[in-house]
Amino acid sequence: MTVIVGLEIHCQLDTATKLFCGCSTDYRDDLPNSHVCPVCLGLPGSLPKVNRKAVEYALMVAKALNCEVPEESEFARKNYFYPDLDKGFQITQYDKPLAVWGYLDIEGDEGEKRVRITRVHMEEDPGRLVHKGGADRPKYTLVDYNRAGIPLIEIVTEPDLRSPKEARRFLNKLRATLEYLGVFDSEKEGSLRVDANISIKGSERVEVKNITSYKGVEKALTFEVTRQKNLIRRGQKIERETRHYLEARGVTQAGRSKEQEHDYRYFPEPDLRPLRVKSWLDNIVLPELPDARRERFMADYGCSLNHARTLTGELKLANCFEKVVASDKRGLSPLAATWIADTLIGELNYRDMNLDRIEPAAVTGLVLLLKAGTITDKSGVEVLRIMLDQQLKGEAAETPDAIVKRQNLAKTAGDTGAITAAIEEAINENPKALDDYRAGKGGALNFLVGQVMKKTRGKADPGELNRMLTEALKRREA
Amino acid sequence: MPGHTVSFHPDDRYSAFLRTVAEAPCGEGKLGGIRVAVKDNISTAGIETTCASRILQGYIPPFDATVVKRLKREGAAIVGKTNMDEFGMGTTTENSAFGPTQNPVDPSRVPGGSSGGSAAAVAAGIVPLALGTDTGGSIRCPAAFCGIVGLKPTYGRVSRYGLIAYANSLEQIGPMAANVTDASLLFEVIAGHDPRDSTSLDCPYRHIPDPEIRGVKIGVPEEFFGEGVDPRVASVVWDAISLLERKGAEVITCRMPSMAYALAAYYVTCTSEASSNLARFDGVRYGPPADTKRPWHEAFQERRREGFGEEVRRRIMLGTFALSSGYYGKYYAKAQAARNNVRADFERLFREVDVLAGPTMPTVAFRFGEKSDPLSMYLSDILTVPANLAGVPAISVPCGKVERLPVGLQVMGRWMEDERVVDVAYAFEQGGSA
Repeated sequence: MTVIVGLEIHCQLDTATKLFCGCSTDYRDDLPNSHVCPVCLGLPGSLPKVNRKAVEYALMVAKALNCEVPEESEFARKNYFYPDLDKGFQITQYDKPLAVWGYLDIEGDEGEKRVRITRVHMEEDPGRLVHKGGADRPKYTLVDYNRAGIPLIEIVTEPDLRSPKEARRFLNKLRATLEYLGVFDSEKEGSLRVDANISIKGSERVEVKNITSYKGVEKALTFEVTRQKNLIRRGQKIERETRHYLEARGVTQAGRSKEQEHDYRYFPEPDLRPLRVKSWLDNIVLPELPDARRERFMADYGCSLNHARTLTGELKLANCFEKVVASDKRGLSPLAATWIADTLIGELNYRDMNLDRIEPAAVTGLVLLLKAGTITDKSGVEVLRIMLDQQLKGEAAETPDAIVKRQNLAKTAGDTGAITAAIEEAINENPKALDDYRAGKGGALNFLVGQVMKKTRGKADPGELNRMLTEALKRREA
Repeated sequence: MPGHTVSFHPDDRYSAFLRTVAEAPCGEGKLGGIRVAVKDNISTAGIETTCASRILQGYIPPFDATVVKRLKREGAAIVGKTNMDEFGMGTTTENSAFGPTQNPVDPSRVPGGSSGGSAAAVAAGIVPLALGTDTGGSIRCPAAFCGIVGLKPTYGRVSRYGLIAYANSLEQIGPMAANVTDASLLFEVIAGHDPRDSTSLDCPYRHIPDPEIRGVKIGVPEEFFGEGVDPRVASVVWDAISLLERKGAEVITCRMPSMAYALAAYYVTCTSEASSNLARFDGVRYGPPADTKRPWHEAFQERRREGFGEEVRRRIMLGTFALSSGYYGKYYAKAQAARNNVRADFERLFREVDVLAGPTMPTVAFRFGEKSDPLSMYLSDILTVPANLAGVPAISVPCGKVERLPVGLQVMGRWMEDERVVDVAYAFEQGGSA
């Protein structure tokens, strides 16, 4: 059963002011309805005025997504009643979008894949409803128009994605691209919203609305694929419908049937002139985008394809990597790539921490210690964990050097006495391991290595330890 | 004179005003200390602005429309807000939620509409100048019925910022005055580019009316004297055109076939835009509030049912229908095609003539209640809507009377040639001595 997925992605453009007025877009920590004016409140008599910067940003996106920009595009009104909609219509684009027919290459389920982009258009965000007295049965609802008029772009893909995972990868790549362009801040709450069209080949398609996180896309689609496949297996028909994703429960739920009968009565926005901005493209110089940076990381830093892909998959990560290795590109890159792409990301995710919380200089310090052989990999992980935990708890940040000193984590090189003692102890405590070793069971040696590591708290150099343990065992045999 | 005011305690016996300002602030400038009335669909900071609709009752705009700012900058005293058909939807001012205005020439008759209050205020001599708005004739019709001058400017020449929209692509704010010179002065003050209005043109108006019209080619479309035009009105208007000819203008009869579709194109376009513009009146942000104890959709539906008058509800429904999927192509899209034909007709005619002239209204002012069915009311807009569809300037100047009731001569000009229609109207106003 072939899965067919197409996405509609709404991203807030990171402009300083709103799409049709001069109000600030920096509303998130402020009082409700404190970033409003007659225009974004839709007061009678007010008129929209297109924010030039927002158009430039949208054109950058169009160019980065390899779209065609028609000579003329047009704003249109989408008419519907909802309390968060100040004018009773949303200014959007309908049959004459800003850009059409582009593509974005992603790492698909079966290698490199080109996902076609149907269109990119601009529109205004509506206000926000705040339900009071319980989410399920709110007592009353308040409206906050701070968000009303924030510029959005809607990016629509062709139904080219074949799995929830591909959809996730597409989104990650798109997010990276938008961040590289400097037009989007994925960390702002509510800056991304996704609607997904999903079907099993041969059946009706279902629209899933209200997905507001990157992880949510894969989860919602996975749920929906399973639901649809089960229906088909049971011989039931899939209804063409709109469903809502309930993030907290990880399920999709059928919308009220009324919503499917919407007739938005689109018509050209009479208060705005058509946009003739194709020529602006000539003046837009795109920055380095994820694919180019990935190639450069492989060529300049000798990163593996996987590491390069991971590191360039997020703007901040890529920047962090380049800062970490700045002092010695070739010398530090291999260790830094592994430590950042594999270890650091894992530890950050585990703590639900943001990359901003760690200083690149601290990572450089750690990599230098590892490179000089001062600490073992195991100790390296410990140092990293301590640094992150200090950040998390808001404690004073120690340098990796200081942590190594305080915790006495430096390799016990030369201090063979302590290791020898630990080896003797380990062998004595585990006579069965000794027997196994004598019986030629290879696992016994590894077990004993682990025991010694535990006793030395990981400070023993693994190579050195292996040599010394083998010698000690040989002595016992003799 | 900053800090000064003018007193305003009019004898408003024709109910021209919805509200007045007893002590109106004024200053110095081209209109220093002059009393100006403003139609109630133009936002005035601190003065209730209702569009003569119950749904906006109590709404006090926090900002001035650009035209009001410009009036104040030139020292004018904004002395009151004038009555109108609710949201500009009407030809008689009978559709005001707050009662009709009488025609000062004959109080048993309507003043025309929708800017009937502004026309009556000027005609009654209460104020020398008033602002009206013209979506399909709403300045020119009451000007003609009340015997004053009214100009609908080229679309984009006056900022619409602060004008509460009825049909955005058609309407303009314009001057109303007892004579062409005063109307021209008021136009000078309000015209000019406004960055807040994307449809505003960068073309100020600085012009002193010039009565010299020798050599001006005046086209007279046959359709302007067609069926439905009162022969007595036609006769008075022909006399006026003859006078212009005697003053040296060249009069050429012509045809404007697109007139056949103009009214339909107009009503589909304006109701479509209105259905969208008026969606914001839901009782959430202004006007009498919706009952928040009830489910929102029920509360706002009730608010709209009670808050809008019958004609407004009718036009919202017509427009909603015209934009509906499956009907858009048949109505809205067709109307835009017809609109382009009207525009093309004007362009063609204006290659041969400098202005077009004809009656402003097919008849003189109606008696109250005379146009009881909506369709016959709509038909009376036939001569004024073409200028709105094409966005060209058009002026109405009093040109005579039929049984003591005023008749208006309408002069339409090329896009952006407001100066010329003002001159032709002025030439007529100056009389036949040349």
